[in-house]
Amino acid sequence: MADVATVVNGQPRTGRCEPRMTLADFLRGPLGLTGTHLGCEHGVCGACTVLFDGKSARSCLLFAEQANGHEVTTIEGLGTPDKPHALMRAFSEMHGLQCGFCTPGFIVSAYEYLRDNPTPNKDAMRKDLSGNICRCTGYIKIFAAVQRAAEIMAEEGSRR
Amino acid sequence: MKPAPFEYHAPRSLDEALGLMADLGEQGRPLAGGQSLVPMLSMRLARPAAIVDLNGIPELAYHRIERDVLVVGALCRHRDVELDAEVGVRCQAIGEAVPLIGHIAIRNRGTVVGSIVHADPAAEWPLFAMLLDAVAQIQGHGGARQVASRDLFRGAFTTAVQESELLTEIRFAWPPPGSGSAFVEVARRHGDFALGAAAAVVDLAPDGAVREARVAIAGIEAVPSRLEHAESVLAGRVPTEEACAAAAAAAAADLQPSDDIHAPAAYRRQLAQTLVRRALSLAAARAGRTES
Repeated sequence: MADVATVVNGQPRTGRCEPRMTLADFLRGPLGLTGTHLGCEHGVCGACTVLFDGKSARSCLLFAEQANGHEVTTIEGLGTPDKPHALMRAFSEMHGLQCGFCTPGFIVSAYEYLRDNPTPNKDAMRKDLSGNICRCTGYIKIFAAVQRAAEIMAEEGSRR
Repeated sequence: MKPAPFEYHAPRSLDEALGLMADLGEQGRPLAGGQSLVPMLSMRLARPAAIVDLNGIPELAYHRIERDVLVVGALCRHRDVELDAEVGVRCQAIGEAVPLIGHIAIRNRGTVVGSIVHADPAAEWPLFAMLLDAVAQIQGHGGARQVASRDLFRGAFTTAVQESELLTEIRFAWPPPGSGSAFVEVARRHGDFALGAAAAVVDLAPDGAVREARVAIAGIEAVPSRLEHAESVLAGRVPTEEACAAAAAAAAADLQPSDDIHAPAAYRRQLAQTLVRRALSLAAARAGRTES
């Protein structure tokens, strides 16, 4: 068994698991953070995307033990039902989700995109978010939501 | 889709990693970015008894732009190269290829050297290793050896790196100053492995004739290769569309593509010809535009 000591959404978190447990399973199981969704479990669908030391990563392609001494941000760290992030409000407002399974991964990827590109460019956005798969929306409303989130963030003067 | 059980080791230095690899022998697999290995573990296409995680070895996390070479350490991520604008200035082909590798989340973790050692037949970095006469440094517990790219790729997903060894650094020779370079690929979707990809370097003499042409192809055969026949067809000629097409036809005639689920061999041969022509034409058009 492995001891894992990591920082998740700003809070120190510890747990024990087998070395083969992925970070995604560790977040969802021992840590109870079920906002991170697992779709394909082999790095294709993007549903499990988290920020690992501030950079987007597939949590199904990391082992929990690799998070020792590192910082992880999940969808729960970006906003809450009481205090939703601009991206969450925009996804709701623009109907950027239907079944919602891919949404946590999309929002984490879009968070990184808007952090690094506060003024979204439609073509660049499509490329940079191409690692997330949605089977419901056809993507149009997702891109509209990210665009809308950028407007909200600009109005509210927040970079994050 | 869960990996089979394994022992996990997290060495803090290269020496410690090499010691572990020597002790573990065929039981051990090194883990860098994990963007190919972890899916293989999850699908149980690989079941090593032990994983040696290299991510805690900061001495391997570097890339350097030297006068004649791009030096890449074993923990350099694709994204590190992508965000270094100087790389694209020195070799436009690399600059246009790296954003096509997977997606941002993949490029944030996946490594250049990991892609080379994984040796997917259609991957970008093995193609550049061939195009840019890369030299790999392969280290074992006993010492290091240098292996040229032409001796590195032994078959699909197979390289000269032996069990207990690590490919610690690879050096890509920059194209000559003033030359043009290009990367082209055909893929079904953005971020997918290409059905085929080609990269070329064209250096022109002052009279406009080709001083040196280099072209390499990936995804067509089991390993990426240099297309020397095409290179010699173009050498000394003005790189017109016709000359590039003749070089591409010569290249395609030499190739031995095989059928697979994605495309039949005849399609791959046709694709190779088209890609080689496009890569050479584009590289030739870019040659001489940037001064050294």
